[in-house]
Amino acid sequence: MADIRSPIPGTFYRRPSPEEAPYKNEGDDVAVGDVIGLVEVMKSFIEVKAEVAGKIKKFVVENEEPVAAGAVLAELED
Amino acid sequence: MAIRRLFVANRGEIAVRVVRAAQALGITAVQAHSDADKEMLAVRLADEAICIGPAQAAKSYLNVDALITAAKEANCDAVHPGYGFLSENADFAEAVEQAGMIFVGPSSETIRRMGDKAAARAAAQEAGVPVVPGSKGVIESAEAALAAAKEIGYPVMIKAAAGGGGRGIRIADNAEELGKLAPQARAEAQAAFGDGSFYLERALKTPRHIEVQILGDGTRAVHCFERECSLQRRRQKVWEEAPAACLTSEVRAELCRSAVALAESVAYRGAGTLEYLYDETTGEFFFIEMNTRIQVEHPVTEMVTGIDLVAEMIKVAGGEPLSMHQEDIQLDGHAIEVRVNAEDPANNFMPFPGVIGKLEIPDIPGLRFDTMLYEGYAIPPFYDSLLGKLIVHGADRKAALAALSKALQLISIGDVKTTLPLHKALAADPAVQAGQFHTQFLEPWLETRTLTADQEV
Repeated sequence: MADIRSPIPGTFYRRPSPEEAPYKNEGDDVAVGDVIGLVEVMKSFIEVKAEVAGKIKKFVVENEEPVAAGAVLAELED
Repeated sequence: MAIRRLFVANRGEIAVRVVRAAQALGITAVQAHSDADKEMLAVRLADEAICIGPAQAAKSYLNVDALITAAKEANCDAVHPGYGFLSENADFAEAVEQAGMIFVGPSSETIRRMGDKAAARAAAQEAGVPVVPGSKGVIESAEAALAAAKEIGYPVMIKAAAGGGGRGIRIADNAEELGKLAPQARAEAQAAFGDGSFYLERALKTPRHIEVQILGDGTRAVHCFERECSLQRRRQKVWEEAPAACLTSEVRAELCRSAVALAESVAYRGAGTLEYLYDETTGEFFFIEMNTRIQVEHPVTEMVTGIDLVAEMIKVAGGEPLSMHQEDIQLDGHAIEVRVNAEDPANNFMPFPGVIGKLEIPDIPGLRFDTMLYEGYAIPPFYDSLLGKLIVHGADRKAALAALSKALQLISIGDVKTTLPLHKALAADPAVQAGQFHTQFLEPWLETRTLTADQEV
């Protein structure tokens, strides 16, 4: 059981752009280094990557929601 | 109609600047703010403040309906848009006008016309302002390209008519290269866009970015000389000066005269800027576009002319004629502005929102610090990274540079990373000191350097 946290404060996006599919859905497997979303901070977009492998149990933060630095974005299960 | 209550539809340092200018004119300042900006300095300074929506700019500072509703609810009779956000949005200006309020800026019609690049280019040509030489419309054949290029002058840029975003562009330095590249460009454009037609434009490889500040009251216009803004990173200006050290007084006079002619030809009201590219090797300048708003770098012009541009734009919006004539405006010394952003220059300019610790602003003659900061302020992550602008004035460029170096040594913004180390390195650079730079200077310069937090001045 691990969490994926936001490295920075900003706005969380689950898709690379509004027209595209989400990077990951609940139930998807993630490998180390997989991008699970973007955080927009001061007009820059920073990729959020998984630091451990696992399966996404759920997203804690909704698409386009503000997040604080260190906030849990998604919960993983083994 | 004189303005009594001004709605400030912006945030950050420009909102602070507008609130102070309004109050100095005896006008009540009503500050708009998002949920994330309740604690911003402009809210604290304004006479009144009103929330316009959530943190996301699209739902607050960019939301025309929310802004108009709030401005009316606050009984404002005018709206100042600042820069960025909706400042050059003709629909917003029109909505303000239709709601019976004054838009502090030109008419929506002027914004619309000058915001359309082709229309702005046509207006410039009509007013006798030089534009980047180019072919008249699209070119269908290689022979026609050679003839057009001869008239335009090399090097020329071949641009696919159907392209965009920098795609489908080639540069030819002479007729031989054009002979080779034109058919290639044509074939490529045909394959990529289904349309092989292209046009030509003079290519300026290392131009300097020069812009002229103008003021108009809808009838008469004046210029407040020019600024040079060639030091740019990702097309964002980082360091600006007034006047442009690279211009002779003859070129300066011609450039400024042409800017006034264009401003008067479009019956311009408010503060505006005409942007030009300047080719130092030939001494030619070319109009590229007009900004129909106050700009970030307006303080350098204020420092060398003594004119309060924001107060002046508010006054002419209220119906007053311009308070000065051209002969009243004199150049005094030299000013430099550096943009202080919440970014870490040692880490690829990564944004750095945080809480401001101890703030030490040096007290040096000729120094001005336009900012939104105070100790304990938490910089929100939702907007751009500009924290403030450090502006110095000296008797000449050398004195201004010396004042800048001293100010950079003494200024301290605690607990956050800022672009101050970049400015220290630039101020200490021999090419910058000699005024030898152009729009393509800064990015390669950055690639060869590692900036550190304790950068020497």
